Amino acid sequence: MEAIKKEHELIVAVSPHVKSEETVSRIMWSVNLSLLPAVVMGAYFFGIKAVLVVSLCIVTAVLSEYIFERALKRTVTINDGSAFLTGLLLGMNLPASLWSFSPFTIHVPIIGSFVAVIITKQLFGGLGYNVFNPALIGRAFLLISFPRLMTIWTEPSAAFLSFDAKTTATPLGIMKEEGVGKLMEVFGDKMNLYTQLLVGHRAGSIGEVSALALLIGASFLLFRRYITWHIPFSFLGTAALLAWIFGGKDPATGKLILFSGDPVVHLLSGGLLLGAFFMATDYVTCPTLKKGQIIFGIGCGTLTMLIRLAGGYPEGVMFAILIMNCFAPIIDRGFRTKVFGAVKAKESKK
Amino acid sequence: MSSPGTISLKDQFLNGIIKENTIFKLALSLCPSIAVTNNLKNGIFMGAAVLFVQVMVNSTISIIRKVIHPKVRLPIFMLVISGWVTVTQFMMAAYVPDVYSKVGLYIALIVAFASILARAEMFASKNTLLPSMADGLGMGIGFMFALTVISFFRELVGKATLTIPTGLATSYVVTLMDTKPLLIMILPAGGFLAVGILMAFFNWIDLRYKKGGHASH
Repeated sequence: MEAIKKEHELIVAVSPHVKSEETVSRIMWSVNLSLLPAVVMGAYFFGIKAVLVVSLCIVTAVLSEYIFERALKRTVTINDGSAFLTGLLLGMNLPASLWSFSPFTIHVPIIGSFVAVIITKQLFGGLGYNVFNPALIGRAFLLISFPRLMTIWTEPSAAFLSFDAKTTATPLGIMKEEGVGKLMEVFGDKMNLYTQLLVGHRAGSIGEVSALALLIGASFLLFRRYITWHIPFSFLGTAALLAWIFGGKDPATGKLILFSGDPVVHLLSGGLLLGAFFMATDYVTCPTLKKGQIIFGIGCGTLTMLIRLAGGYPEGVMFAILIMNCFAPIIDRGFRTKVFGAVKAKESKK
Repeated sequence: MSSPGTISLKDQFLNGIIKENTIFKLALSLCPSIAVTNNLKNGIFMGAAVLFVQVMVNSTISIIRKVIHPKVRLPIFMLVISGWVTVTQFMMAAYVPDVYSKVGLYIALIVAFASILARAEMFASKNTLLPSMADGLGMGIGFMFALTVISFFRELVGKATLTIPTGLATSYVVTLMDTKPLLIMILPAGGFLAVGILMAFFNWIDLRYKKGGHASH
């Protein structure tokens, strides 16, 4: 009955007119679900503080979307899961150390969620009209506003309910400051380093630490075809290639040795996997055409490695994706298909 | 009250403040509105400098408009503008050296402001002294108002302080809280954010005002 009733409803929508069971809210909630393993791993490593930071972000994001839409008398769209996803992604990109009362830093996630939902998304017209990825703008805003608070990384602690944690540097931070040699010293041997990075036993943002959990979520999205391989694989491939070519340094002199870098460390550390699979692939802010998506991914990968290897910040995924977001419309225009019949005779022969 | 066929002086004056506000409505001269507005005092003095130059340029052009040959009018306008800007520059260097050390570069840039040349070309070169002065005053006050609002907002959010000028050389700094404010707002990126948000805000007010006006008629 429901299906028949729907058949007869007049649906006015922009093309392409594909009939499918997939709706925005279904996809959004699936992405939320696919992020669950990474959040669980983050909670496992960083304890209750991680859960509290992520929940705070989600609650603020959903609440600010609700209040804003009510205030402007728009349709309230909190059920489609996009505000939830923004809050979740933002929370996953923050350090767990933000849940602390002395010094008071609870307002930091709240401000981030507010900026992400209101300024980045709602002021531009709501879901589908935002130029930038909301969660990443929220994080960029916080990183620039609170550079010190946003980079207090804690060691993964064993006790779940413990609020105390030792601060330490992220693998990328160690690599930036002291080189790969120091990283090996901290983690023991290479095999141990890879395993720890894969499982996620390292300092970092809540959701980015466990590469394995992120890969599980990503493969779910790829399997359900909510995302295609184009952006993540060109992103990761470019980053790995550049890490291999330019990532190696002579430990004694610090001089660059070409083709000696370690792409695996670069791929597994920082927010690269989280960014490549879950944030660069945001439907609204990436190019729609496949060729354009590959260019987009290559651009993201290049910028990420440029910032990581030659920039001031240890991690560049966030800025890389945000910069490429600006170019998404231009990339799309460049790969626009020619209108049938509008091609000149000369050009059609090529 | 106004003379028939022309806009009254009052309307000409208000035009620059509300309807054609340089920053919030025309989106011109955004360079200083982002560069110097991380401090309330700097914003106010920069706005005052522009106000002075705008009024003086409009008056001068309006007085000499009949002797300017149309073919060379733009170079003449530029000469007049740069002359008044140099006067402002020297005056600020002499009387408010601390502000001048921060915004000096942008004072010199007033020469290139689209809004000033635009008013000289579009208004002052076609009108008599009094309307031109009213126009310059309105435009300048509109600009000063915008810069004041932006710098108030940015300093308040970005530094949690307010530098209120109490005289030419003295100012009183109000510190509102000791916690860490949003550093981004006093950085250039925050300038763009502040201008964008305030522009949206004023347009929203304008829209509501217009809607209300139509409803009552």
